[in-house]
Parts: sequence; C-alpha cells; structure tokens
Amino acid sequence: MTMPAIKAEATAVAIPSTSPATAAPVVTMTPKQAPRAEKYVKMAKEAAVRVVPPLIVLALLMLFWELVCRRTGSTLPPPSKVFKDTKELILDPFFDNGGIDKGLFWHLSASLQRVAYGYSIAAIVGIALGTLVGQSVWAMRGLDPLFQVLRTIPPLAWLPLSLAAFRDGQPSAIFVIFITSVWPIIINTAVGIRNIPQDYRNVAAVVQLNPLEFFSKIMIPAAAPYIFTGLRIGIGLSWLAIVAAEMLIGGVGIGFFIWDAWNSSHISEIILALFYVGIIGFVLDRLIAGLAKIVTRGTALN
Amino acid sequence: MHAYLKLDHIDKTFTRGNATTEVLKEINLTIEKGEYVSIIGHSGCGKSTLLNIVAGLTGATTGGVLLENREVNSPGPDRAVVFQNHSLLPWLTVYENVKLGVDKVFASTKTRAERDAWVMHNLNLVQMAHAREKRPSEISGGMKQRVGIARALAMEPKVLLLDEPFGALDALTRAHLQDSVMALHQKLGNTILMITHDVDEAVLLSDRIVMMTNGPSARIGEVLEVPLTRPRKRLELATNPAYLKCRQRVLEFLYERHRFVEAA
Repeated sequence: MTMPAIKAEATAVAIPSTSPATAAPVVTMTPKQAPRAEKYVKMAKEAAVRVVPPLIVLALLMLFWELVCRRTGSTLPPPSKVFKDTKELILDPFFDNGGIDKGLFWHLSASLQRVAYGYSIAAIVGIALGTLVGQSVWAMRGLDPLFQVLRTIPPLAWLPLSLAAFRDGQPSAIFVIFITSVWPIIINTAVGIRNIPQDYRNVAAVVQLNPLEFFSKIMIPAAAPYIFTGLRIGIGLSWLAIVAAEMLIGGVGIGFFIWDAWNSSHISEIILALFYVGIIGFVLDRLIAGLAKIVTRGTALN
Repeated sequence: MHAYLKLDHIDKTFTRGNATTEVLKEINLTIEKGEYVSIIGHSGCGKSTLLNIVAGLTGATTGGVLLENREVNSPGPDRAVVFQNHSLLPWLTVYENVKLGVDKVFASTKTRAERDAWVMHNLNLVQMAHAREKRPSEISGGMKQRVGIARALAMEPKVLLLDEPFGALDALTRAHLQDSVMALHQKLGNTILMITHDVDEAVLLSDRIVMMTNGPSARIGEVLEVPLTRPRKRLELATNPAYLKCRQRVLEFLYERHRFVEAA
C-alpha cells in the first residue's frame, strides 16, 4: 500500500536535485535506482519484524532453561550440555552403523516415509468417502454416526488390533497413520461437498456434465478449501501419531529413537529429537497450507 | 398450432411435511421463435419457479413444457440460463467458464480450434474478450453478467432464459447491459424468456409482457403486446406515447389490481 507513495516521493526528490546540474541520463537513472534500494530496505524491515521477536523470546527461554538446569542435581540437562552431548548427531545425521544405530536423518526419513504412505491412503480414501457422504443423504445417515464414534478412538488404541491383523510393525504403523488422519479429511470433505452452492449444480445441470465431469470440474474445486482444511488437520494428526506408534513397534524411526534414548538415559538426545519432530511437524503443516494456497487460488476468494 | 416454446397447463405445488403450497396455477403460454417475452410480477409470485420449470431445473407438478413440439423436462443447453447472480465458477477464468459449456455442447461437432474460436467469438459479442484470462473475482458485477450471457449464448440455445439478469446491478450498468442484450437479440434473433421486476426494463426489451398475479396460486393475469418497432432507443422512447401507454398498463396491473400484499 505504501509503495507507490514512496516511489513518488523518491522521484519527486531526485529530479529537482539532479536535473539542474547534470545531463538527462543521470536524471533517468536516479529515480530508477532509488525505489529499488528502498524496496530492499523495506523487505529487510519486514523480515526483521517477523524474525526478531521470536528470536528474542527463544533466547530468553534458553537463558531461563540454562539457569534452571545448570544447578547440580538437576534432572534435565541445560541447553549447553544438550548441544555438547548431541554435537555428533547434529553434525553427522547420515551415519549408518547397521541395525538401529543410524543417524537422525535415517530415523526421520523412515518416519516420514510411513507418514507419506499412511497419509496418502488417508487422503484418497478420505476424499472419496467424504464425497460419498456429502453427496448422498443415505450414505450420510448410514455412515456418519459410525464415523463420529470411530474418530474418537485414540490412534494408539488401534495399534494392537492392527498388529494382530498385519503381524508386522511397518503396515501396522501405516495403518495407524491412516486411521488417525482419515476422519478429519472425510468430515471436512463431506461438509465441503454439502456446501456446494445450488448455483454451481444448476450450471452443471444446464451444461449437462456427466457425474464424472461433475466430480472433477465442480465438486472437487468447489470443496477444495474444505478438503484442504481436512488435509491440514490430517497431516498434523498423523505426525502426532507416528512418534507414539514407533515407540511401540520399534525399528528405525524417530519415535523409537526417542524411546531408545530414554532407555539408555540419553536425555540430551531426546531433547534434540523433540526439536526435530517439532520442526518437521511445522514444515509438513506449512507444506499442505502452501499447496492449499496454490490449488484453491480463486476459490477461497469471491 | 405451431408454437416454438409452449408452457402447457403448468401447475406447481410444493409439499413440505403436511403443508402444501400451490405456487403456480394453470400457466399457459406460447412463445414464437425469435420473440422476446418478459415475465413480470411481485417478488414471491413464483416467476423464478416458472423459469426453473422451463429450464428443467425444477419439475412441474402437472403440465409440461414443449420445445419445438417435444416435451422437455430435464435441464439442457438448448435452454441455457443466465442466472441472477451470474453463477460463474470462481476457480475458472472467464475463458474457461465459457469453454465449459462449449466443450460439452460441441464435443463432437467442432474441432478443438473451432471451439476455441467459438468461445472467443462469444466473448467478443459481449465485449469481454479482453478479460479472457481474468477470474470472476477480478472483474466487476456487470462484466460477470456479460460473461454469464456469453456462456449461455455460446451453447447456441433454442431459448435463452434470463433470470432477473440485471437485478443485482447498479442503474447505469443495468442500462448499459440492457442495450447490449437488445443489440444481441437484434443481431442473433434469439428466442428469449426473461424474468424481471423492473417495469421499464420489461417494456424496453420485450415484444410481449406476461404479468403474473400474486402468489400463492399465481396465474398469468394479463399479457401485453409491446407495439414498439426495433431497434429501440432508450432516449427516444422516453417520450414515445406507445411506450408510456405500455408502461402505464403494467404499472396499473402491478400496483392497482394486484398490489403486493405483505405476507409475513
């Protein structure tokens, strides 16, 4: 909003100061460069406004943590000790000594892989079931009560059952991810489909779109904002569930890494792992939000 | 008799629980090819329901709609609708909105390039070709309605149905768009059925004005021929005795004989 004003100001100031003394080329150069420099300064300012406050808060928290945990007999390590203890893990995330003795990169990528499988299946099944429930009154009457009950079951409660069914850790973990993240996707998709304005349905009817075209050209784009809300909640939940599930199933994965560190009393490693889990959860959420922004361009407006 | 579009003994009742409301009763109307017919009435009289029945979006309880002597009871591009609130799909560009219908209607009769040219031709007709890559949220209300008209025209409908197409626009934009529709009607010779609640609009645009009584059980109260030659010029008509007489007749019908009763 303020950009044009700044530009105008810059030109207004630049021309009178240069034109009397110097030749034409200089006059045209100055106003061109001035706004650009201003732009960078402005961008830097905006970035600083966003980055500086959280950094200050973080530094204060670290200081507080350091002061509290520095005393002898403290049960948790202070940040300085965490860094010292985990320096090798931080600097070399790619080592692989076989078994579960691997760098953090491998643990995280194993967890992410499980999430990717489980969440992809949940997205496909969730959108399909959500469409069915949103579109058909009978499907809603039949399935909705069931969904409302099933979605309240905590993710880990499914784990023993899926272990019994699959008899293997990997598919069980993927199933837990799936069953955790599928409900918000189903419910939000159904709401989105139900909320498609009658006008769009009328347009489709007049144009005589067939059901498949109606699905791809009207339903999905019209419900996209809702679907992405579901997908975003889903990715958060699946990242919550995977850490817990991996603690129980063992093997390579950030969840088991944390559990293993606890068993070996490597508290600093736990703290480092939690830091990574948090960052990755945040990045996953941002990814889906960014995707939503691209895909629903124009839909959310209006 | 050789009517192009025939509304034959249409009754419409809505049933909700035990309550049954009769909205339309005994609607008979024949429209000739190339004719511009307006339906006017107070709000709530069921004129939009009537248009939806012709469009096939709502079923008649009894009676039916005949287009070229064949019954039509489901929606189709032969009766394209320009909706009151434009109903453009916000995730598609102006071009894509028009193309959606064109691709379906001319899937087998026109090549890809021909369809593209046809979309652009229709956007040109409504002077919206310049905004082809814009999304509905980026253009004004009048422009959206122009695109809505282009979308309907591009389906080459046998009857063009206009559902209060200018109702949501400001007076100046409305006048501008009315002129455009008149010019299009002149140029293409479409058969048009328009719903309106604006007396001047009805007289200016129509060959015949169908006046509806108040609901429930709305009927056709009177049909008025508008004996004005085309092309019509808004400014010249302002003092034209025939125009003023028509206007007077419609106003009398609406405000004296069928005054709107506030039912609430």
